[in-house]
Amino acid sequence: MSDRKAALKAFQQEVSAWMSENVPTDPGFLLPLSFLEVGTEQQLDFLREWQHTLWRAGYLGMHWPKEYGGQSADPAYQFIVDKELVRHGAPIIFNTIGLNWVGPLLLDMGTDEDKAKYIKNILSAEDIWCQGFSEPDHGSDLGAVQTRAVKEGDHYVVNGSKIWTTLGNYADHMILLARTNPHTERKYDGLSFFLSPMKIDGIEAHPIRKVTGEYGFNQIFFTDARIPASCLLGEEGGGWNVAMKTLEYERGVSAGQASGHMMVATQIEDLLDALSQIEHDGAPLLSDPVVRDDMVGFIMESKALSLGGRRMAIPALNSDYPMGLALSVKYRGTEYGRRMKQYAASQQGALGGLYVGDDSALRGGFWQRAYFSNFGATIGGGTTQVQANIIAEHVLGLPK
Amino acid sequence: MVSVANNMSISLTEEQAMLLDVARGFVRNKSPIEAVRAQLESPSGFDQPVWQEMVDMGWAGLALPDAVGGAGMGVGSAIPVFESLGHGLLGTPLISTTLAGQLLWRAGGESAAGWLTRISAGEVATVALLDGADWGAAHTGVTLSDAGLLQGRKQFVADAGVADLLIVVASEAGEPVLAVVERSALPDAALHENVVIDLTKRSASVDFSGVAPATVIRGANVAQALADYRLLGALFIAAESTGAAARCLDSIVDYLKTRKQFGKLIGSYQALKHPTVDIYIGMENARSFVYHAATIVSDEALDHDAEIACRMAKVAADDAMVFAGDRAVQFHGGFGFTWECDSTLFIRRAQWASQVFGGAVHHRKRLASLLLDY
Repeated sequence: MSDRKAALKAFQQEVSAWMSENVPTDPGFLLPLSFLEVGTEQQLDFLREWQHTLWRAGYLGMHWPKEYGGQSADPAYQFIVDKELVRHGAPIIFNTIGLNWVGPLLLDMGTDEDKAKYIKNILSAEDIWCQGFSEPDHGSDLGAVQTRAVKEGDHYVVNGSKIWTTLGNYADHMILLARTNPHTERKYDGLSFFLSPMKIDGIEAHPIRKVTGEYGFNQIFFTDARIPASCLLGEEGGGWNVAMKTLEYERGVSAGQASGHMMVATQIEDLLDALSQIEHDGAPLLSDPVVRDDMVGFIMESKALSLGGRRMAIPALNSDYPMGLALSVKYRGTEYGRRMKQYAASQQGALGGLYVGDDSALRGGFWQRAYFSNFGATIGGGTTQVQANIIAEHVLGLPK
Repeated sequence: MVSVANNMSISLTEEQAMLLDVARGFVRNKSPIEAVRAQLESPSGFDQPVWQEMVDMGWAGLALPDAVGGAGMGVGSAIPVFESLGHGLLGTPLISTTLAGQLLWRAGGESAAGWLTRISAGEVATVALLDGADWGAAHTGVTLSDAGLLQGRKQFVADAGVADLLIVVASEAGEPVLAVVERSALPDAALHENVVIDLTKRSASVDFSGVAPATVIRGANVAQALADYRLLGALFIAAESTGAAARCLDSIVDYLKTRKQFGKLIGSYQALKHPTVDIYIGMENARSFVYHAATIVSDEALDHDAEIACRMAKVAADDAMVFAGDRAVQFHGGFGFTWECDSTLFIRRAQWASQVFGGAVHHRKRLASLLLDY
């Protein structure tokens, strides 16, 4: 074994031992399945405390610079932590927008002042971040956003509305894409990118209830909200490129994220485990040849995703479509998740008609809720249909 | 807990990467689509000088040990070459010959060295496996008598018409044996060529009745070697189909980027664009499975993980190629329906490849047991 391998192995054992001691047990109330569904103060306090604990132990943002609260370690160490979080069934690390989009973005293009001000508080969960991109009339067509930011002295005055704002009612800061110039020839050139405070006059968050019955999304209303001009990231009018860079982090195309443990991972083993508890026609469901064939399909899909992820690291097997595998991760992974969870929800006999809150529901209604919740993944961050366009245009070179 | 396929090994050696590069370039040069079409109705289905060049590069012995004139790089090393052959729809007896070599080596080892040396040197070899249409048939009705004569007819023998050596899977007193038959021992009337759906491929039925094999390989290794041969066959064809699916995708994308209807390039219509993305994804999936299998197959008896990998590769490649070929015809419109359009070649390849060594249903049924029964 090489030194590096041995060091990583030792680290994995250390982390695993720490987690056995420190991963919180069931708090006795429903925890969100993903960062998109943090809907109560109780959940928020619990998850904030848990993230803080993990960071204090030195296991969050491990490859981020020490001076900003990281460990300046090899990214492989964070991968190990994330894997162990899944293995130990740990609650999610909820400050996802800060940890995975804003953090890497600021480390890449923020000023030293920005980094000193924001990065450590993202890791410690002292500051919660949200993202203000989508608007009621402009979801997938991000270039058309209408929220206005008008410069007045050393402030920008913001009016308009953002929607689907995860963590918006709890957030301290928002990455905000707003229109600073409505008269540009290309709509993209009128946009600017701000690191906006949230807890100021003129900004209101209205929680939105979801198909799962839970909260987590908000609509945000800006009414003459005054944000300091120093909140501008990059140039005025240069917001589109910053937003696109942010989406690369969000979609996993660019690396640098502080923790990938943003949702309760549902593995193929969980599906098999669920189905093994079910009987149909008086026999185990998994003895039914139709179900068995369906399972072969799901196992293959899951395996193809994992193998594809590993193949990305082999340049000679990516030369035909260099970005192809990376750009199709979201398209494939989120749709696979949706179909797999729907399948589990549909195989429970009469229990499939129950939902979270019924004592008889299989695993507390986990699969039904997980299926609905998964739409957050197939819609958020660019819908499946937009992803298909992106792959068609950017990987295959098909016309717009 | 249920046994799920957790082996995620995938790698490419430097030799394989080089071979992929060389093979891609060779096939691009030697097998432009006009050259493919020129061979469609020829007796052998390939150009002899091209085959000789492949032999001269050592490809006939790529997967064989160096003791018998092979490259000694292991059976997975040949996968980039098969993928490249598929990319150019280049019909040669390389896959048949490689598989025959694997079967002989795995069943006979050193005792087959003489035959294997001839194969490495470029003699065309093939395996006569099927009695009939059933790729799942466990037994053969072709027998080897006490007097040492074969009795019976084999079907769908790949490249039989050009083979120098035919490895006949026969039954001797109820046990499977391999009878090595030299072409010179067969009367011409013994061969009856099939009309094959894929015009780049050739196969024949062969009557071995009354033929005395040059050698018979018996023993405990034969059954395992045959099981491995079937799995490697599935994998090699999967590699070839993955290459063909990639080429088919290229032809679709080219057409979608140049053909205009209603004043717009048809590639801008999502009804065409999105299925094309799914063809692409299917091809990439197949490629991942193929190189995963190539990474874990070895010259030893194939294990549980390798069996899963080979079968998944075939399922993924069949699905990808059938979908690609089918949509290639449809998306080319009226032109796609004609002999002149290359989609003809792809849909025919897809239909041929998706049966050989068992189709998706054949392998999925077996995967269900491998994955779910414990």
